[in-house]
Amino acid sequence: MSTAVIDALPEASAQPSRVNYLNASYGIRSWLLTTDHKRIALLYLSSITLMFFVGGAFAVLMRLHLIQPQGALVEPDTYNKLFTLHGVIMIFFFLIPSIPATLGNFLVPMMVGARDLAFPRLNLLSWYIYAIGAIFTLYATISGGVDTGWTFYPPYSSTFSHTQVVPVALGVFITGFSSILTGLNFVVTIHKMRAPGLTWFRLPLFIWAIYATSIIMILGTPVVAITIFLLGLERLLHVGIFDPKIGGDPVLFQHLFWFYSHPAVYIMILPGLGVMSELVTCFSRKRIFGYSFVAFSSMAIAVISFLVWGHHMFVTGQSVYAGLIFSVLSFLVAIPSAVKVFNWTATLYKGSISYQAPMLYALGFIGLFTMGGLTGLFLASLATDVHLNGTYFIVAHFHYIMVGGAVMAYLGGIHFWWPKITGRMYPDGWARFAALVIFVGFNLTFFPQFIIGYLGMPRRYAVYPPEFQVLNVMSSAGASILGVGYLIPLIYLIWSMRYGPAAGPNPWQAKGLEWETPSPPPTENFEEIPVVTEEAYDYAAPHTGVARG
Amino acid sequence: MADLAAHGVHPPGFAHQFEDMEQQRDAGSLGMWVFLVTEIMFFGGLFASYIIYRALDLRAFETGSRLLDIRFGAANTAVLIGSSLTMALAIRSAQVGKPKSQIIFYLIMTMILGALFLGLKFTFEWRHDYVEHLVPGFGFAYKGPFAHGVELFFCFYFFMTGLHALHMIVGLGILTVLTIMASRGRFTEQYYAPLEISGLYWHFVDIVWIFLFPLLYLIGGRYVLGGN
Repeated sequence: MSTAVIDALPEASAQPSRVNYLNASYGIRSWLLTTDHKRIALLYLSSITLMFFVGGAFAVLMRLHLIQPQGALVEPDTYNKLFTLHGVIMIFFFLIPSIPATLGNFLVPMMVGARDLAFPRLNLLSWYIYAIGAIFTLYATISGGVDTGWTFYPPYSSTFSHTQVVPVALGVFITGFSSILTGLNFVVTIHKMRAPGLTWFRLPLFIWAIYATSIIMILGTPVVAITIFLLGLERLLHVGIFDPKIGGDPVLFQHLFWFYSHPAVYIMILPGLGVMSELVTCFSRKRIFGYSFVAFSSMAIAVISFLVWGHHMFVTGQSVYAGLIFSVLSFLVAIPSAVKVFNWTATLYKGSISYQAPMLYALGFIGLFTMGGLTGLFLASLATDVHLNGTYFIVAHFHYIMVGGAVMAYLGGIHFWWPKITGRMYPDGWARFAALVIFVGFNLTFFPQFIIGYLGMPRRYAVYPPEFQVLNVMSSAGASILGVGYLIPLIYLIWSMRYGPAAGPNPWQAKGLEWETPSPPPTENFEEIPVVTEEAYDYAAPHTGVARG
Repeated sequence: MADLAAHGVHPPGFAHQFEDMEQQRDAGSLGMWVFLVTEIMFFGGLFASYIIYRALDLRAFETGSRLLDIRFGAANTAVLIGSSLTMALAIRSAQVGKPKSQIIFYLIMTMILGALFLGLKFTFEWRHDYVEHLVPGFGFAYKGPFAHGVELFFCFYFFMTGLHALHMIVGLGILTVLTIMASRGRFTEQYYAPLEISGLYWHFVDIVWIFLFPLLYLIGGRYVLGGN
């Protein structure tokens, strides 16, 4: 138990039966028809948690299978379905909506000092669209699965695969609109609904990150939507623009697909980078080092991310000059990411660091994200990519970013804002323990994969040569630890909703408008719209600079 | 709800999350512009692919283009531009406080023109293409030169005009809602944002056609009006 938590207790228990967004109305209708951004955030939270554990189950089966070189569990065809469904569900139904749709939905209006998002009904609609897309995909999973890989490359997906490509593609297509509408809502809210005095450069960096993410969602998602739509038509009609029989080019699909799907990587990680800036400042009690650099690096990532898609196609036979340009641009996108890491470390320097659970995730993030980022440079180099492409090295690299980065930041954020969301504290000891288990399990799972990949084991194979068994068993052992690590927070967070001690409005003594409200906040967030008079993260100042206007 | 009272009396159509009417109108307008950006990207993927393939297989695409009937394309262009005019007039009528009958008249004119466009497209052009076996996936049987490339051209033709027609149909739905709202007297000189925002959408769909028409019908070149 941290001192901060204990301090907050008496204050909180003094206000027992206040009306807040959770108890303002009851019943299933009041949730399914809500337009309150905070309730919609919880709708998203529950649905993406479900999808996370479904996707996780596929990963568990894969790792179990790979314990033996000839495969221990399933037929090769089934294995193909496992890695495909793991990818589809984790990327489109967990990672992309994870931070934006839960923490973003909850926090964007609160952080900018608004009563709700600009379009509350559109926000609810986006959750329904997500749910319909998820249902299509789960239906396809139950009715036979899909084996194309999450990338749906034709002509295999359009012509040769005998699995449920169309329902899955439809699910992905539909859920894309959910992310478009979420991005649109955020952009308009951040532009038009900031509280008086909250200028762009007083915004929390989480908002900058969400803004950059929203831009990618708005510009990228429609392209993958039309691409997948065309693919589905081609599969149904047996003719289409990727069909080589009539002069179409399957490589065009790859271009269009990665034009979205590389920026989509940043949809997954940018919100995590935003969460990091909040955590690092709060738990080192310091102003962020180089605010504007961190803010603009988010925007730079959003812009450059649209210019690097070709690095997924170095060995697809694209022109060597295109390869050169894409390689250089891919190195370029590493710079703003590195700026952020440097600035967080500089923020830690001489800070009063405390090691509460959210901070443990944040510190884990810095290390894992750095490793994931640096190994990305191996893949951005043309020559080394030829050796590493299509191996477990790639798998390890993007899991360091997606799991070691995005999921760590997501969990850190959930632990940080959980007292605000539910009004309750979780057991701090268990939370720190879980953070540690996840860190250890993660590294044991994925670090060996760098080595096996470098030694030449290809990804997406159900069998492997016996000399790779030791490292594969290590990876599978790590995956089981990681699985346990993810179950622990699920248990104590649910427990805390009922039995956790009341948290009080600001258990971490954090800065930011969301902490100015009671926990849980009332339905319209603020009694009166606040007037902001100070910069973000002013931890040096004794009191928060919010005037009541 | 108590919160609403604290803000005093609200004009009709005011949503609780905003501070004032101006903020609400700005937000709605920006929202539609952002949405149109996503639409540009949505069509953009198709346009980009079309342009790439056209450059790779120019002769076939020109041959395909010549199989389209420019008279229908031109007539439809005129119809759509006309509908944009009536849409703009509907917004203007609300803006200067004209009676609701005038707003309704212009909205219905817009719908009639939109429906005319779709009617020409489906019952004449597409049916004609079907009879001539020019629809890929539905008995495509063009036997002339560059048959493969022509089939590819017609894939694009139907995807692009079909997607555009889908947007028109959505637009007609929106216009129906607007007409009902207008008939209930919802629009005033102060509050006509739904008209204005839907107008942006309608004009956008119009502009997509303005690009589709030359890309598909005109740049094949060497047309003789009245048949070739």
